[in-house]
Order: sequence, then C-alpha cells, then structure tokens
Amino acid sequence: MVQHTPVAGIGQKRSSPRVEAYKAFWRRLSKNKAAVVGGVLILFFVLTGFIGPLLTTLDPYEPQISNKLKPPSAEHWFGTDNYGRDIFTRIIHGMSITMKVGFFSVALGGIVGVFFGIISGYYGGKLDTVIMRIMDVLLAFPGILLALAIVSVLGGSVQNMIIAVGVFSVPAFARIVRGSTLSVRKLEYIDAVKALGASDARIIFKHILPNVMSPIIVQLTLRIATAVLTASGLAFLGLGAKPPTPEWGAMLSEGRAYMQQAPHLVLFPGVAIVIVVLAFNIFGDGLRDALDPKMRK
Amino acid sequence: METVLLEVRDLRTSFFTDDGEVKAVDGVSFALPLGKTLGIVGESGSGKSITALSILKLIADNGKIIGGEIHYKGNDLLTYSDKQMRDIRGNAISMIFQEPMTSLNPVFTVGQQISESIMKHQNLSKKAALVKSVELLKLVGIPSPDKRIKQYPYELSGGMRQRVMIAMALACNPEILIADEPTTALDVTIQAQILRLIRELQMRLGMSVIMITHDLGVVAETCDYVAVMYAGQVVEYSDVVTLFQKPKHPYTIGLMNSLPRHDVEVEKLESIKGNVPNPKEMPTGCRFAPRCPAATDLCRREMPALMKDVEGNDVRCWIYSEKWEGESEVIVYGEKRIAESRGTETILSD
Repeated sequence: MVQHTPVAGIGQKRSSPRVEAYKAFWRRLSKNKAAVVGGVLILFFVLTGFIGPLLTTLDPYEPQISNKLKPPSAEHWFGTDNYGRDIFTRIIHGMSITMKVGFFSVALGGIVGVFFGIISGYYGGKLDTVIMRIMDVLLAFPGILLALAIVSVLGGSVQNMIIAVGVFSVPAFARIVRGSTLSVRKLEYIDAVKALGASDARIIFKHILPNVMSPIIVQLTLRIATAVLTASGLAFLGLGAKPPTPEWGAMLSEGRAYMQQAPHLVLFPGVAIVIVVLAFNIFGDGLRDALDPKMRK
Repeated sequence: METVLLEVRDLRTSFFTDDGEVKAVDGVSFALPLGKTLGIVGESGSGKSITALSILKLIADNGKIIGGEIHYKGNDLLTYSDKQMRDIRGNAISMIFQEPMTSLNPVFTVGQQISESIMKHQNLSKKAALVKSVELLKLVGIPSPDKRIKQYPYELSGGMRQRVMIAMALACNPEILIADEPTTALDVTIQAQILRLIRELQMRLGMSVIMITHDLGVVAETCDYVAVMYAGQVVEYSDVVTLFQKPKHPYTIGLMNSLPRHDVEVEKLESIKGNVPNPKEMPTGCRFAPRCPAATDLCRREMPALMKDVEGNDVRCWIYSEKWEGESEVIVYGEKRIAESRGTETILSD
C-alpha cells in the first residue's frame, strides 16, 4: 500500500502545534502597537491595584482640614480634596477597587452568561426561547438603569456594585456565546462525537466551549471597560460605593461642587477612568483582531 | 440462513418544519446480516443519511422517528432511553462521516480525540487509552502513529483524517460500522485505499458494515447486500449479484443504464427523465411513477408495498404483483441490457 506522508512535520524537530499557535497569536498581537500599549497599561493597573495601596504613605481616609483643596504640588502630586486628603493616594487605592469591580463583575457576568448562552444555543427550542427572551428583557434596560435598580434593592457597597454590574453583563455574554454555539453545534464533528456516544454535558463543555472561546475572551476584555464605567457611574450617582471610599466615581461626585475653584478634584479621577476604559478597549480590539481567523494571512 | 444482526422494519422519520411535515424516510426496511456489508444507495435527498442517523437516533431537533422498528440483537433500539443509546453509540454501533475535513474537532489532538471514546466506553486510564490510540492508528495504516497522535487535525491530509475517523469509530470494537459516504470527499486513489481498508478491517474484526453511497461502483466493489432508496423509501433490496445482473425496479434499471461502461461506446449517457419529487408534495401513488416509463393509472393511484418476488428479494413495484395489467417494456429494456452485458452483440437502440 502506498503510504502518503504530508509535508508537514514528520521527522523534523519542532515545537508542538499548540505552542506554534500561541506564538502566531503573539506575533499578530504584538504587531498591533495600540494593543500592546493597552496591554502594558492593564498590566500596570493590575499591579498598582495589588501593591499600590501598600506603597502609599498617606492615609486615603483621614481628613486633614488644614490641607484642603491644595493644587497639585511636589508634596501632593494630584493635590488634595475638600477634606485635605491626598488625591494621588486616593486614586491608587481606588485603582484596586476599580480593578476588583471590573474583573469580578465581568467574571460573574461571564460565567452566568456563557452558561446560559451555551445551553440556549445547544438545546434550542423552548429553552432557548425562554432564556433569550429573559436576556432581551435585561438588554432592553439601559445598563446603568438596570444596575441602578439592582443596587437600590441590595443597597450600596462595592460588593453589591459587583453584583449589579455582573447581572447587566450577563445578556451580552449569553447572546454572543449562543450565536457561536449555534454555528459550532452544526459542525460535523459534533455529530461525530455524538455518534461515538458522548453525553450532552461532555459535548458542551469539552467540544463546544473551547471552540467558542475566542469571542468570549474578547468580550471579557471589552466588557471590563464597560463595567468600570458603569460602576463609576453608579458611584457618581451615589448608589455604588459610598464616600469616603476612594472610588473614582464617588470622588468625581464629591469634587463636582468644587469644580470651579479646584478642578483637579474631578480632573484626576476623571482622567483615571478614561485611561482605564481606553486601555481595556484598545486591548480588547487588538485581541479581537489577533484571534479572528479572517485576519490571518 | 445467515444471522441477522440488525433489522430495520418500516422506519419512518419526518422533519417538522414551518411549511409542514417532510417525510425524509418513509417506510425503509432492510436487514444487515452478521459480518456482511449492506449498501444503501440513492441520490441526494433520498433519505440515506437520515436512515443511518435514525439507527443511532441522532436526528436533529425538528426531526422525529415516527414509526417502525430497529431490531438490534433482538431488542428494538427505538425503545431505548437516551442513556442506553449513548452506550450503544460508538460502542456497539459506530459511524463515520462524509467530510473528514470537518469531522474532527480542530482544538484537540488526534490522540485526545481517539482516546476520548476509549476512556468513556472501556474505563481505561488516559495513558492506557493513548497506548490503544497508537495501536488503532497503526491498524488503520497511519505511518509513525506515535507522532501522529500529538498532531492536530489541520496537520493531516483528507485521507489521513478519514483514517483517523475510522480509528475513532473502531476504538471500541463495534459490531456495526455505519459509513456515510466515507469516500465522497476524497480523491479517487485515496477512495480506493479507504474502501480497501474498511474491507480489510471488516474481515479482520468481523464487523458488519452499512455503506451509504451514491456510487454504484462502490456498491459493486464492497457490498454483499444492497438497498436502493428513492424519495425516502427502499424500492429494491437484494444481494449485490442479483442487483447488478437482474435489477427489477424501474428506478434501479434506470440507474444501471445511466452508468458509463468501458465496453460500449455511447454518444450520450442515458438519464432518468424528470426530477426527484419535492418531499413536501409527494405523489399519491408510487413515488417513482412521474418518472417511470411503464407507469400506469394504478401506479399513479396507489403506492405499492415492498413485496417479495419469486427469488426472495424485495421490490416496491406493481409490475411484479398480480394486480399489474399494463405493459412491462421497462423490464424488457432491462433484459436487453443484461443480455448485452453477457456478451451478445445487441447494441441498444432507441
């Protein structure tokens, strides 16, 4: 019998295809300069969130009335607020709150959303209709309004803010995952593993989930930006983290009254929000391009 | 008399769409004897694949098996629960698909995919399953199998992937292998290799095979018995020699006539006039009647049943019943053809 050997591989040393695939992914991602900047910024924010609060010498909570509303100086880089607290210190502490809210709320929304999306897409029929109509109802609310409603029921705290923002992320994940599941489910290899006796749970988690992972990863990154924005918005409206918590939205809200005399009170928290949101957005866009097979040459 | 391993009786599978019921499979009966190969032939949309999927109860959501019996070793598979069916699938009855390019999951290595089913059905450890996977790849003729199991499907050629699919299907020594057009997507030389492989494995492992194809050449080469399907029904079921020497149903005869031959030169190949009926508007009588040269009022009025002829083969045609009153020149047409194939010099003329 003639044995045909494809050109790929046999006999020659090379790393495993999985490593190759990752390498190719990194190459595509690192070509996108904006995404690299976004990624580095995110890394920096995460690190700051973890170790920043340990490095600051000033107390973010303790008022020092004698020092109030000082403009930025060598001593207070971002100036002080209406209670004389150092704004730089408060922003660093706020970073860990922001990161916590961003990551945990999206993780919560992601897990719940992916689960509902995948069973909705896989089983279809009545289950699909019921789940997706509930998601439509959630989507019909403007995000902030929905989060507002949840926070006003649960009460304002960082934890409840995470829950509220998480709930409003659920439908976005559910929709995307359902769509991808619908297309993957029709592929022949799903029939093939069914014909080999695989159970539904196995097909869903072992065979469908890894194949719908790329849109999920992209959505996770992009959703963090939205979550940060929503959380700040909630706090700004006085429904999220309460003062004196150094939450950026709350800081904005407090500083609003002094905007005329001391614009740095709102400028720095505002800029911090913008940079974080921007970093996650451009990194998410870069990820999408790098993970999209259509972009590959 | 051979032992019958699988018997399908009057199987009916319908799809329920917004436009109404589509009877994809409507009265399919055949038997698969132990250790033999049964061919299911028919054109696209005749219900071959749906028949195969019905045996494993893998019909899509909007489809339903609405009648019939599928006897496997004396038990009716249609009464089995989902869980019982999962133990049958891949274990007792395995299936390979038409498109080797898309039948493997792109995110797992070949080894992971083969060992998955072994681990499920045979309770082996991951390591033992991988060892078995290497053996299986060797069995299906893949060179350097220990390297191949670490590769991803995209690194393999079409023929290789089909071999991997076969290895996966054989992982648990199934008694029945259903091959749904296993060679359609492959080029001719690889086709021959894969068919030979399936036959060799069948002999070695003593499996029964259901070969679904639209290629009469494949049937002649591999099958012992043949069920010819038309518009969701079996129109003829017989052993392969009888089918090729003495086709009975006008549709089968039409198919035979449309085959190119190396010993007769023709300007243009014969074709069967007309089209397959739309499954939503099936003719009331015989489904082949609108295209049949011998059709009579009886054919257009009443659907014939699958009847046994004198030789014990099944045919769904009024011509072979006592009710038949029309002329039967269709048969004569077929006889001429056969006479010619036996070496007489008669060349067909219109």
